[in-house]
Amino acid sequence: MQVPAPFEYERAESVQHTLALLERLGDDARVVAGGHSLLPMMKLRLATPEYLVDINDLRGELGYVVVAEDMVRIGALARHADLLGDEALAAVFPIFRDAERLIADPVVRNWGTLGGSLCQADPSEDLTTVCDALDAECVITGSGGERVVPMAEFHQGPYETAVGDAELLTEVRFPVRPGGSSAYQKVKRRAGDWPVAASAVAVWLDGGTITDARVALTAVGVEGTVDVDEALVGRPPSEEAFAAAGALASAASDPVTDARGSADYKRHLAGELTVRALRTAVERALTSTPTSTP
Amino acid sequence: MTATPETTTRPDRQRRQTEFEDNDQKPVGHGRMLRKEDPRLVRGRGRFVDDVQLPGMLHLAILRSPVAHARIVSIDTSAAQAHPKVKLVVTGEMLAEKGLAWMPTLSNDVQAVLATDKVRFQGQEVAFVVAEDRYSARDALELIDVEYDELPAVVDARRALDPSMPVIRDDLEGRTDNHLFDWETGDAEATEAVFARADVVVTEDIVYPRVHPAPMETAAAVADYDRVDGKLTLWSTSQAPHAHRTLYAIVAGLPEHKIRVIAPDIGGGFGGKVPIYPGYVCAIVASLLLGVPVKWAEDRTENLTSGSFARDYIMRGEIAATKEGKILAIRTHVLADHGAFNGQASPSKYPAGFFGVFTGSYDIEAAYAKVTAVYTNKAPGGVAYACSFRITEAVHLVERLVTSLALEMGIDQAELRLRNLIKPEQFPYETKTGWVYDSGNYEATLRESMRIAGYEELLAEREEKRARGELMGIGVSFFTEAVGAGPRKNMDILGLGMADGCELRIHPTGKAVVRLSVKTQGQGHETTFAQIVAEEIGIPPEDIDVVHGDTDNTPFGLGTYGSRSTPVSGAAAALVARKVRDKAQLIASSMLEVSVADLEWTKGSFHVKGDPSAAVTIQDIAMRAHGAGDLPDGMEGGLEAQICYNPENLTYPNGAYICVVDVDRGTGEVKVRRFIAVDDCGTRINPMIIEGQVHGGLVDGLGMALMEIIEFDESGNCLGGSFMDYLIPTALECPDWETGFTVTPSPHHPIGAKGVGESATVGSPPAFVNAVVDALHPLGIRNIDMPMTPSRVWDAIQGHPRPPV
Amino acid sequence: MQVTMTVNGTEVTEDIEPRTLLVHFLRDTLGLTGTHWGCDTSNCGVCVVWVDEQPVKSCTMLAAMAGGKAVRTVEDLERDGVLDSVQQGFMECHGLQCGYCTPGMMMTGRWLLDHNPDPTEQEIREAISGQICRCTGYSTIVRSIRWAATQGQGSPVTHTTETAGTPS
Repeated sequence: MQVPAPFEYERAESVQHTLALLERLGDDARVVAGGHSLLPMMKLRLATPEYLVDINDLRGELGYVVVAEDMVRIGALARHADLLGDEALAAVFPIFRDAERLIADPVVRNWGTLGGSLCQADPSEDLTTVCDALDAECVITGSGGERVVPMAEFHQGPYETAVGDAELLTEVRFPVRPGGSSAYQKVKRRAGDWPVAASAVAVWLDGGTITDARVALTAVGVEGTVDVDEALVGRPPSEEAFAAAGALASAASDPVTDARGSADYKRHLAGELTVRALRTAVERALTSTPTSTP
Repeated sequence: MTATPETTTRPDRQRRQTEFEDNDQKPVGHGRMLRKEDPRLVRGRGRFVDDVQLPGMLHLAILRSPVAHARIVSIDTSAAQAHPKVKLVVTGEMLAEKGLAWMPTLSNDVQAVLATDKVRFQGQEVAFVVAEDRYSARDALELIDVEYDELPAVVDARRALDPSMPVIRDDLEGRTDNHLFDWETGDAEATEAVFARADVVVTEDIVYPRVHPAPMETAAAVADYDRVDGKLTLWSTSQAPHAHRTLYAIVAGLPEHKIRVIAPDIGGGFGGKVPIYPGYVCAIVASLLLGVPVKWAEDRTENLTSGSFARDYIMRGEIAATKEGKILAIRTHVLADHGAFNGQASPSKYPAGFFGVFTGSYDIEAAYAKVTAVYTNKAPGGVAYACSFRITEAVHLVERLVTSLALEMGIDQAELRLRNLIKPEQFPYETKTGWVYDSGNYEATLRESMRIAGYEELLAEREEKRARGELMGIGVSFFTEAVGAGPRKNMDILGLGMADGCELRIHPTGKAVVRLSVKTQGQGHETTFAQIVAEEIGIPPEDIDVVHGDTDNTPFGLGTYGSRSTPVSGAAAALVARKVRDKAQLIASSMLEVSVADLEWTKGSFHVKGDPSAAVTIQDIAMRAHGAGDLPDGMEGGLEAQICYNPENLTYPNGAYICVVDVDRGTGEVKVRRFIAVDDCGTRINPMIIEGQVHGGLVDGLGMALMEIIEFDESGNCLGGSFMDYLIPTALECPDWETGFTVTPSPHHPIGAKGVGESATVGSPPAFVNAVVDALHPLGIRNIDMPMTPSRVWDAIQGHPRPPV
Repeated sequence: MQVTMTVNGTEVTEDIEPRTLLVHFLRDTLGLTGTHWGCDTSNCGVCVVWVDEQPVKSCTMLAAMAGGKAVRTVEDLERDGVLDSVQQGFMECHGLQCGYCTPGMMMTGRWLLDHNPDPTEQEIREAISGQICRCTGYSTIVRSIRWAATQGQGSPVTHTTETAGTPS
């Protein structure tokens, strides 16, 4: 079996302790949460940190999912299984359950965390896209306090994030606006596989008209959201409108051919899955009772 | 035994309920019986090779080539040797000094244990390190500095014979190209004549891509050389411990009696544990040099990139028929990619394995095949993954061709097969390529699968769905397997005849031990063989200990692969039991003071004809055989026998499979909704185990059909080197398999049994593909290659199918 | 470094390298070889054990990370000589062949039944979908866990080696 190169292990007891450790250990330190992205990289010796700071004991501090009227706040140590099982979260953002059902597998979901997924910053990672579609903001904590970074600035390229050496992603915030819903559609070759492509959609309606829509794509070479306003905003939901939005998503994508699929196919999927996600999200928005917060 | 097939049918699905209801019965012999190996395995108390811990044991790790083709300029091991926990670093050059740098393959080629001159595939063994613990051994690999002078890699088998291609095997004297062999079977002229007069000819280019058996347990070995008595004990993941021992004696120059190969519990083999891998030899060399036990366990990347691959056949097939749908002839040209060394594990006289059965289950007039094999810069292997020596490729070819013909002619797939299947009265049936099929009742088997499937209703449902624009497909395949190699005069591996020994000893109290030459990797030998002996001699299976997987304690034989355990060793077990029973009968006659002819055998005892009360049990006889009482004149004491069984022919299990799929037109995703498998493996010893074997093969077939492939980029880098990239089905892709059976005993096997371990792996891939092709046929598609990933299906729908290689 | 954890109800303290993977700690340090390993990338799940009552792929957790926690392995399924109904189910329904993935499958199966005593076939398939079996094709594993669901936990074992049905 492949094994990691040697390193020193530190176990953090609190956010403040984590920051102190990171400050002391410098840029040779990596934070480990669930470890299901980092440890395989370390076994392959693609990652060789000198120090590993285990933050799993911070679960009491950072393992929360708080659904409030205007804002959802999720601690960075919330596990995939937590996000999948949270009924309040599913009511507001059904996209989380859509996505989490298809991320890795149930055992991995017991340990993998939201923060770990975002900080690994794999271009094929699902939750980044979900966060993009939901217009999330990331709370990054350093010794000088917190700073809030929008998703658009959080990722700075594959495997690169805005989190500095002595900083920790502590929370992700999601604004809640009335009249909306969301959905995630993904194609993969097999359960547990990374996506061939996926589409995350959030949509808001008012009186039968689409007022806003956000579309983000996974694994097709697009960062951030795709502008689909032209196709959807100000229009009633229709197959034609969805198709137009799908066409925009396809056009925006810039995938590569690899073992998961041809570039043509992935470009097609960007559109097809966007259409399907729009159908679901709009149906959800229309069937949720108008008085409740979507 | 009768040459007339006796066929009975009964679906397993109905059986299952009854089996649970009356499980207070215990079979003395054949029947559903829980496995004897399970109590230890469910407690986590199996003993696999990596579980072996010996005092003072060191750990070995192998440095492998990062490139597919390169000259080795230099290797600097000084930093690794300086590692405080490293005990030994060995390169190919050092092995060459001892004459151990090269070893024979199972196909009479040679393969580098550690590369000396060149590396010839990515993942090839270059050096090894032995250290105090497994982590340090891995660390030290990073300290070895190898300078490579890279050469162009031969990746595309179609271009391997181009004069511009570098010669991979320049180690072989006089070698000027990458040609390995040409092999042909059948009658080219006669076939051409039949094709010339056929009404319909259909041609398909069919690629069976490279796949990997990938057992959950990778290959591993613990070598323990005792310098005092000069004996080497090797625990290894071996499907063929006796053959391995003989080869080690030849390679390492150790006397054969000073080698003991132990294959303990094995975590799946599927043919991947038939070859001898360089890692085993490295562990032996290290233990010889250091005089302490040395463990090697390959990681998953090593397993996938250097372990024995399977398939890699590029086939052009042609099928000729009359306008009434009578199949007349089949012809094929195959380009076989054997990788950098010819490590194919198949009988010496069969360079293309048993591909010669490509005429399938049909009564045809002529057939011809030509196989051209080439070297490429890829890992060696070729026969693995439950392929029955390349019958998978043969069955895939013919079953894809038959469905293509059906679609082309507008005849239903099942109907076309029914018109052409070999008829019961034609057995024994000699094919146009010289194989003598022993028995079968093919039509009954196919009709049983159609009955379970509700075939007519499925056809109607498909038509309804098509009318709505939905893509539903039904795939049919019918296969005939050829398993149980030998006979030994025709079949050998490196000169070792394919026959199996078996030894049975009845203890004085009537308990027994049976010793096998074959070795389970999960097939349940400890149960099945106890049942075979129990059936013959009437001792309950739980009173029979099955010993296997230890060359010091079992008779010689060629091992478990090619579904040969039940056909060959199963026959040996039955016959050795009959031999013991014959002796028991003589003793019984003296105990009961009647002539042998006056005795009647009921399972477990002899009694005087017409007087059931005058009886002696096998236990009574065992005590007499070992006791102080009189035995018949001239008889030695004891109740035991040994046999070496040489099969007179292969056995020919067969089956009919039906697959139902739904294809998502927008995403290309294939959902396998149902799969019906009706198998005929002759006499059924343990129906539970047989069903398990079939299920296992079906998931193999699903994997190959939908997701499994070992691909390479143009530089020869393996793209399937981890389980992130080499996908194996999970429970979510699999339907609940539906099985049924017919029983047509083998006329020449002592108990009428045929093999079944690989039937479903062989027979199911074309059913999956035929189902998808059937679904896509309204879109003008008649062929799609495996693996049918969403992208490849969608690309085919768009009219841009991509061959996998 | 020194690590202390509870393994199958017994507290153990060992000196280890910080990089020691939990699977190696269990197998090599403690000799609990019932837990296996099959890949390097946390895809195959033959290494599944429980840590603080949650299944985890022990090849993807450091032993250090399990410090202070309670680990349960296949060796702890049998209690006081009585097999867990999941173990019994795997034997009854032929849920194993080579037995290599079996410990991990059973640990997940037991966890599932503790949280969902009457799972559907689909729920069982979902629960074991991160674990690969190369032998069985999964149907018999699903049946095995269903069998256990019908027995309840800790049902007495009436026969451990054989039962039989109608001869073929």
